[in-house]
Amino acid sequence: MSLNQDFVGRNFVSPVPFQVGREQIRQFAQAIGDDNPLYHDVDAAKAAGHPDLVAPPTFLITAIPGALGLPTDDPALGLDYALVVHGEQRFALRRPVVAGDELITTSTLTGIRAVGRNEVLVTTYRYNTTSGEEIAVGTCTLVSRGTAPPRA
Amino acid sequence: MTATVGYDDVEVGTELPERLFPLRRVDLVRYAGASGDFNAIHWSDRAAADAGLPGVLAHGMLTMATATRLVTDWVGDPGAVLEVGVKFSAPVVVPDDDEGAAVSVRGVVEKKLDDNRVVVTLTTRCRGEKVLMAARATVRLS
Repeated sequence: MSLNQDFVGRNFVSPVPFQVGREQIRQFAQAIGDDNPLYHDVDAAKAAGHPDLVAPPTFLITAIPGALGLPTDDPALGLDYALVVHGEQRFALRRPVVAGDELITTSTLTGIRAVGRNEVLVTTYRYNTTSGEEIAVGTCTLVSRGTAPPRA
Repeated sequence: MTATVGYDDVEVGTELPERLFPLRRVDLVRYAGASGDFNAIHWSDRAAADAGLPGVLAHGMLTMATATRLVTDWVGDPGAVLEVGVKFSAPVVVPDDDEGAAVSVRGVVEKKLDDNRVVVTLTTRCRGEKVLMAARATVRLS
């Protein structure tokens, strides 16, 4: 089944601020196998000039609203999670995310286009703190495999 | 926020030597937990087969994190990373065995920009195949 174009242009926003915690950063760093002291040791992070533990650049993906930054549980969108693979990902950071940040992420579905039998979804992310500081932006491309209608 | 690599010490063509990062099934499970991405194609052979995939796949974001690590380890301070972007060009199939999949990453300084910034291009392979394309990071050196 094809995806619902009515969702293009809509914003999805974190319902509550995403509270970045030290243990969360440590666990994410451990999960990517990275023992950089700035991810684990508060003193090391402060000595390097950061206010607290630094999050790995790709940690930003955990702060998007819901799964994939999309209303995946809304049947009207028509997205089958099992058919989705990641096409592209990009982040641009004004500063690193650090423990103690409270992030509000706005995800915008900017387009759905058919490429062969696949559908390609492009989503942009804007990461701000609750005090309005712009931290980062991201672009995500997802591929919904085999859901485009066959060409007539 | 200070990189341990000096802008004046690198030139276009400066290499970040290749490293190998093993990804095993347990690493995918751990990443699922830490990232909140519980898509079953990243841990269930049954789900991967049902989705027509060649096997359980590493999360693209785990591969991206692994590639990015070459850069953050190079500069020391991950806060020096200003931009990172990749295209996922081939899946990283992670078998349920002791070895898993070995992901190799190497980098080269592609451009020197103003304000002490450089662009590093990353080459990331698994079983000889490029799993990322157009993988680049912009970092601020000291």
